[in-house]
Amino acid sequence: MFITNSPVEEILEINPQIYLLKVLSPELTSIIKPGQFLNIRVTNRTAPLLRRPFSVCDVIGDHLYLMFNVMGEGTSMLAHKQIGSHLDILGPLGNGFNLNGSYDTAIIVAGGLGAAPFPFVTRMLERKKNIISFVGGRSEHDVITYNLKNVQIASDDGSVGFKGNVVQLLEQNLELLQSQKIKIFACGPNAMLRVLKEFCLKHNFDCEVSTECAMACGFGICQGCPIESTAQSEKYLLVCKDGPVFNIKDVVI
Amino acid sequence: MSKVDLSVKIGSLTLRNPIMLASGTVGYGNEISEFTDLNKLGGIVTKSLSLKPRKGNPPQRIVETPSGMLNAIGLANVGVEAFIKEKIPFLKKYDVPLICNIAASTIEEYVECTKILTSEETIKAFEINVSCPNVKEGGLSFGNDLKSVAQITEKVRAVTTKPLIMKLSPNVSYIAEFAKAAKENGADAVSAINTLVGASFNIFTRKPKIQNVTGGLSGPAIKPVAIAKVLEISRQVEMPIIGIGGIMDWKDVVEFMIAGSTAVQIGTLNFIDPTAPGKIVNQLEEHCIKNGIEKISALIASYQL
Repeated sequence: MFITNSPVEEILEINPQIYLLKVLSPELTSIIKPGQFLNIRVTNRTAPLLRRPFSVCDVIGDHLYLMFNVMGEGTSMLAHKQIGSHLDILGPLGNGFNLNGSYDTAIIVAGGLGAAPFPFVTRMLERKKNIISFVGGRSEHDVITYNLKNVQIASDDGSVGFKGNVVQLLEQNLELLQSQKIKIFACGPNAMLRVLKEFCLKHNFDCEVSTECAMACGFGICQGCPIESTAQSEKYLLVCKDGPVFNIKDVVI
Repeated sequence: MSKVDLSVKIGSLTLRNPIMLASGTVGYGNEISEFTDLNKLGGIVTKSLSLKPRKGNPPQRIVETPSGMLNAIGLANVGVEAFIKEKIPFLKKYDVPLICNIAASTIEEYVECTKILTSEETIKAFEINVSCPNVKEGGLSFGNDLKSVAQITEKVRAVTTKPLIMKLSPNVSYIAEFAKAAKENGADAVSAINTLVGASFNIFTRKPKIQNVTGGLSGPAIKPVAIAKVLEISRQVEMPIIGIGGIMDWKDVVEFMIAGSTAVQIGTLNFIDPTAPGKIVNQLEEHCIKNGIEKISALIASYQL
């Protein structure tokens, strides 16, 4: 992990809320793994003060792509970065997804902006494994399918795809899931992950999940991002250092 | 060889420069050592240690505020025994004064922790945390009670000959009284300030953003408060003050020293730019050279009121 100043080469608008930042950073792209994250300082001024954590959406050659939702002042500043300006990036941080294993089909389960890390996962897996992506959101506008493969959609209000949540969509496809050796890779809101955990435990599916927590440093010194371990443990795990990717069985969501 | 004497003294402890890393913002040194050469610094203060390991508070522990952050970590730490076994061997590799910050729920626990740790040669001084705003027992309940601060200082003083620093709370009316109580009972220095109690609410759910409801406010937002508290102590009590609160660059360090700090501790900045402490040492030296300051200690309490 190190701090680098990398030029912003392009800002793409996926939809009015979701942006994709293309950054040139050979030093990061040569080592970063799917599921790892970066902590970005959006300004040298004192407000916003803290870095913002972002998963790496994709890596193509020397470029990395970051997908984000304009939520507040920090992400708004990012969306308005000048092309050619430099981004203060701390990374790579955390542990990524373990893509190896004897499964044949990778099942990607994403809720809302939880889709962000999966184009990179897909790129790394597509030559070796089958991939099916189950993507959910509250409505059509929250469903992000950017650079995903074999997408099945669920929306809470039924405005697009299956009406219901993404785990209900998985239930609908249970026969398909049970007909092959699968591994699930998931990211999304905690409410979704909690239901997904029940589903995975019930059907004995192997699942890795990328978790989120408010954090300051991103590398273990602030202790700001605890997550409860399912093991009888006298200490919390840290999302930034022990995660953000965990086996879904190992953490209390 | 430096052209400027950057060294400062905290009791019998000489620091090669006034830049220390604040407790709770460097863990036990290993992660931050990847960014900053610890040997360049004046000192590092460990995360608060308690006798037994503490799990700390549940999430959400951190929230950003205007030019600041609130935290309620809840003194999560490995405990004294694991610190000696697992953390000290790494810290031994560095030639930087290691200061142990100690937190406790009872006076006896402060004493017991200090007694155990004082025999460790690597530890050069103790900083006693009587001012954590995020735990129910100990913490602020001691920090805003003059009698408790006096008693803790006296009892801890009795079990160690190493420099003793009391870390004071700003959440009191007259911080100088607490510094005076610390000095009269044997403390060599005080650290000022710990975080200010703060809170923040989500306006839609109407729930506090931090699970603990309140947290400790740090970062540049608190710097003027910290400077005022350092000045108050400096004008009333003759003892070394370690200034803490929102330092973001070398200019802030100079300001803290002018207000009366002998040394400073960098805290929240470590989360944002962990390379900053090393750079600040260089920049301080440049500042002294440019301004004909031969000894940085000449800045201490050099305010012109």
